[in-house]
Amino acid sequence: MSLDKATVRNIAFLARIEVPDEALEPLAAELSSIIGWIEQLQEVDTRGVEPMASVAAMSLHWRDDVVSDGAMPEKILANAPETTEGFFTVPKVVE
Amino acid sequence: MTTPAPSSLTDLTIAEARSGLARGDFSAVELTTAHIEAMEKARSLNAFITETPGHALAEAKASDQRRKGGTVGAMEGIPIGMKDLFCTEGVLTTAGSHILDGFKPPYESTVSANLKKAGAVVVGKTNLDEFAMGSSNMTSYYGAVTNPWKRRGDASPLVPGGSSGGSAAAVAARLCLAATGTDTGGSIRQPAAFCGITGIKPTYGRCSRWGIVAFASSLDQAGPMTRSVRDAAIMLGAMAGHDPKDSTSAPMPVPDFEAALTGDIRGLRVGIPTEYRPEGLNPEIARLWDQGVAWLKDAGATPVEIGLPHTKYALATYYIIAPAEASSNLARYDGLRFGLRVPGNSLDEMYMKTRGAGFGREVRRRILIGTYALSAGYYDAYYLKAQKVRSLIARDFRTAFETVDVILTPTAPTPAFGLGDRMDDPITMYLNDVFTVPTSLAGLPGLSLPAGLSAEGLPLGLQLIGRPFDEETVLRVGGVLETAAGFRARPTFTGEA
Repeated sequence: MSLDKATVRNIAFLARIEVPDEALEPLAAELSSIIGWIEQLQEVDTRGVEPMASVAAMSLHWRDDVVSDGAMPEKILANAPETTEGFFTVPKVVE
Repeated sequence: MTTPAPSSLTDLTIAEARSGLARGDFSAVELTTAHIEAMEKARSLNAFITETPGHALAEAKASDQRRKGGTVGAMEGIPIGMKDLFCTEGVLTTAGSHILDGFKPPYESTVSANLKKAGAVVVGKTNLDEFAMGSSNMTSYYGAVTNPWKRRGDASPLVPGGSSGGSAAAVAARLCLAATGTDTGGSIRQPAAFCGITGIKPTYGRCSRWGIVAFASSLDQAGPMTRSVRDAAIMLGAMAGHDPKDSTSAPMPVPDFEAALTGDIRGLRVGIPTEYRPEGLNPEIARLWDQGVAWLKDAGATPVEIGLPHTKYALATYYIIAPAEASSNLARYDGLRFGLRVPGNSLDEMYMKTRGAGFGREVRRRILIGTYALSAGYYDAYYLKAQKVRSLIARDFRTAFETVDVILTPTAPTPAFGLGDRMDDPITMYLNDVFTVPTSLAGLPGLSLPAGLSAEGLPLGLQLIGRPFDEETVLRVGGVLETAAGFRARPTFTGEA
């Protein structure tokens, strides 16, 4: 499986990572070589094998549906690059 | 009473420092001051991203006060380094990344809080590969860390391993008595081996992941990096425990790990996996491994040859699962709520510019691999397939542990390599973790301890792997191996470089 320039451009957009146009070709080659190496997994017979989604052989614990913290807007906003009147701010999204 | 010279204070183990503090030979302030001075003299190693001498001295003073009042925690007055992946309240936390510029968490991670509650004194935040993604510490935005060890008669700088490279270098160079690490595919064990120290990645679920900057959530585990097996046992006990804030944290009592170090392994069955001896294995590593088997046999254990047939697929499995989880976890770095923000004309443009500039090359590469593996049309072929192979790898270990109590392997395929080497091909770098990744995928405890030197005078590690939540056997066997190996060699770095 080799990734072409268009595929890399698309996954870079899905991941919201800017990749300059001239970097797409070398990146495609690099990612293709990694994916090519990973292809070896196809030779493993996994018929009837359940995918392992969790390491711990235990079910997750339920907790009471109660508010355990909150009322700390200053703390939550303290690290934001830009805030206005108690809100995070983003570039204008509605024309 | 004579106060020991600062150099001897930095040479203590945690257990020795504990006795010295209890006897009143020195105070936590004196012990901490000695380490702060050592840390300041060792800046050329770049082991710390942020030094916190002010905090440390205040904590040390408070510790001395507590001791006077009769309250003594398991890590009371012990100066440690904190990997800069643990969120520390009010103290810069970078994860080695540009994208977390200026981030001061308003909360404390559970593991660092547990250590502080036990009395530990944090001298600084240690350097690491960016978001813990790397095996050389070369991917840190804050620059490479230099291994305090050098090849005999060769001044060229070597990597400390990664991702917990700063922690390993700091402990080896006597800048702190111990440090925290995190391990996703070998990030405690491989740098421990490269720097001649001890490190244990406990069972997945033993330590809370809450407040640790997430890389791959089904693999990440915190653990101690120390200069002895006993110290690892002491510190692990202080780090571990159930935490309702991490749903995968195991609701199990924490055993007295130190009590497990009985020195008696008679009758124990030690698995030796044939798959860990691939053709072309470094002969020095193979010899050390044989020696390790002989040591355990002399101590009354029985070596048993075992098979872990899916071992060869572990790395490829890991390099789907870890990047897939990372691509999801790292979606939170959006330039909005914390860290770096690069302006853009639209929301998407702001995201893309921020993430393009904020993530380094290896992190971008892994996010893209992960995004690809999870994308429509490829999910079954890559992600689901990797999860199935992961099941088989875990099953191999389960089967093996029906006949053996612990498994002995080398930790890494080579000793520490040169700063900047192996950077051209990512897969060559990934191969560093060939002996540690399978354990991570299976969620099992793994300990690395220094067992000998290469011909060039570099430390080599052996790894012990245990059953889930049986760190006690791992530590017990580790203690026996440590005594047999009698590793006394010291790094070349003396603090004067």
